[in-house]
Amino acid sequence: MAKTLAEKVWESHVVARAEGEPDLLYIDLHLVHEVTSPQAFDGLRAANRKVRRPDLTMATEDHNVPTMDIDKPIADPISRTQVETLRRNCAEFEVPLFSLGNVEQGIVHVVGPQLGLTQPGMTVVCGDSHTSTHGAFGALAFGIGTSEVEHVLATQTLPLKPFKTMAVTVNGKLPDGVTAKDLILAVIAQIGTGGGQGYVLEYRGEAIEALSMEARMTICNMSIEAGARAGMIAPDETTFEFLKGRERAPSGQAWDEAVAAWRELATDDDATFDAEVIVDASSLSPFVTWGTNPGQGLPLSASVPDPQDFDNDADRTAAQRAIEYMGLTAGMPLRDITVDTVFLGSCTNGRIEDLRAAAQVLEGRKVADGVTMLVVPGSVRVRLEAEAEGLDQIFTQAGAQWRQAGCSMCLAMNPDKLTPGERSASTSNRNFEGRQGPGGRTHLVSPQVAAATAVTGHLSAPADLVNA
Amino acid sequence: MEKFTVHTGVGVPLRRSNVDTDQIIPAEYLKRVTRHGYEDALFSAWRKDPDFVLNQPRYSLASVLVAGPDFGTGSSREHAVWALQDYGFKVVLSSRFADIFRGNAGKGGLVAAQVEESVIERLWEVLESHPGAEITVDLVECRVKSERIDEPFVIDEYVRWRLLEGLDDIGISLKHEVAIEDFEARRPEYLPTTA
Ligand code: SF4
Repeated sequence: MAKTLAEKVWESHVVARAEGEPDLLYIDLHLVHEVTSPQAFDGLRAANRKVRRPDLTMATEDHNVPTMDIDKPIADPISRTQVETLRRNCAEFEVPLFSLGNVEQGIVHVVGPQLGLTQPGMTVVCGDSHTSTHGAFGALAFGIGTSEVEHVLATQTLPLKPFKTMAVTVNGKLPDGVTAKDLILAVIAQIGTGGGQGYVLEYRGEAIEALSMEARMTICNMSIEAGARAGMIAPDETTFEFLKGRERAPSGQAWDEAVAAWRELATDDDATFDAEVIVDASSLSPFVTWGTNPGQGLPLSASVPDPQDFDNDADRTAAQRAIEYMGLTAGMPLRDITVDTVFLGSCTNGRIEDLRAAAQVLEGRKVADGVTMLVVPGSVRVRLEAEAEGLDQIFTQAGAQWRQAGCSMCLAMNPDKLTPGERSASTSNRNFEGRQGPGGRTHLVSPQVAAATAVTGHLSAPADLVNA
Repeated sequence: MEKFTVHTGVGVPLRRSNVDTDQIIPAEYLKRVTRHGYEDALFSAWRKDPDFVLNQPRYSLASVLVAGPDFGTGSSREHAVWALQDYGFKVVLSSRFADIFRGNAGKGGLVAAQVEESVIERLWEVLESHPGAEITVDLVECRVKSERIDEPFVIDEYVRWRLLEGLDDIGISLKHEVAIEDFEARRPEYLPTTA
């Protein structure tokens, strides 16, 4: 029977199947971090269980670690305890861990692909919703809760009900200056934050095939913001090229075998999806959010919407509330929104290509007076690579802060936070109330828009700078 | 896990859609390493407002949360479920749940029961006109009942069975030990390891 990419990966991982029960799926790679794992390790201890496959498990410190003074003990005692708990758990259960200071440390979704651990056709899980990032390689990758983390640690499997499948077909070419981030924000605005619920999204079409692996990761990363469990992109030459030679990628004869198997993963021509969304890439422009969920976004050239213009009550109330929280007025051009802080980083846009794109905009320019810009590489490797290319110089000469790797202001668990009422343009993935600090206001943007905004002090695209 | 069959308790109307996990429990509270003690964290930003519904004494014994659509969107943090449970909630009713939240709720023993949006509206009316009114959630019959309301709800059949039996997922999976070993023996050699 004809199958989609998601169905192929699913079928090849079924360990046990019985009528009326979820499938028991094998997990190829389990990524662990400090925030969602302590209670899972405790559960193992309480039940006298071991980690079944420490060799398919990898931990890193990212959510809760500082991005300054990392050579000193973590100042916040509660954060320190959490990180130390992870270190103790990993030592006790023999799970490989990349601690602060290790060259492989970084955001879990940046580290996996960078090491070549994430490969096509695999099942990848992590106690973090943005695990969907790894779907860019044609892996079935999704976030799980702490009970499930414990389950995978103990059994290397998960009982799961099959997902539905949705094709997101992106035809045409992205215009110059329009990025993967703009594309995914536009897709989420189109289908809504609940639109992908219960689905695995498969992004395909001309515009997707043209994207780099970094850009594909940005797209798949934000699938969860459309409510989807996972996002996937069929592996192709771009994928193989990215993986070749990576530390954990196969080599020699194993490489040839793997590539042959990976080529079989594409959705069959006559396979059917449960739903399909079609997007015309050529009609897109830089996209930003104005509200407090990632679906509340518009082209940068638009204005803050009037809640009255929404056609149902729930959307009207949500818009009203969001505009109030964000301190905006209906009808105000989005370009007139001034920001206090610009955050460049996160598992959405903290990879080398993102830093290059922002640096290109900032080169020879200055961050506007009164604006703080934080540049937080997604991993230590990204940081080192950027430094080798001199990007750190461009950032610091422009007046931005060059930080150590981690999640940082994406979720503000560490000291990098907005203060109440403070407004940011952020390359991260969530603009929820208080996400970047209590009372903080977040506009989601691409790295290019983030950089241009830092220069002008109000939401801007690089094209706005040409004459500036 | 404790068995869940029928629960009757005070309902509280949360007239909001898209209640995301950052609202249910802000990241600040995720630094803790324990499994319990998150009652203070639940909706902590909203609870600073004295008018917020949970601050009204008439709902102080609430154990059934009646929320708008797309409840639990956002992050995978299971703390969202723990915070609801620690506060005293046994059931959340909504017309739509985020997938991961629903899964986590099932694991933790919190009943996330899906009802029609019109039922939510009617429950809100009852709870607002008769604060302190009780709602009965019957997992055996899959029905939610309150004053003049007796409607079905939807919950995953397998999750329902586990909740009714009070079964632990890991124990169930470990019964497949032999199948897991067989599967491992068949995995392609080229797959990566972390060790
Ligand atoms: S960067 Fe943000 S979204 Fe990504 S894993 Fe860290 S906290 Fe989560």
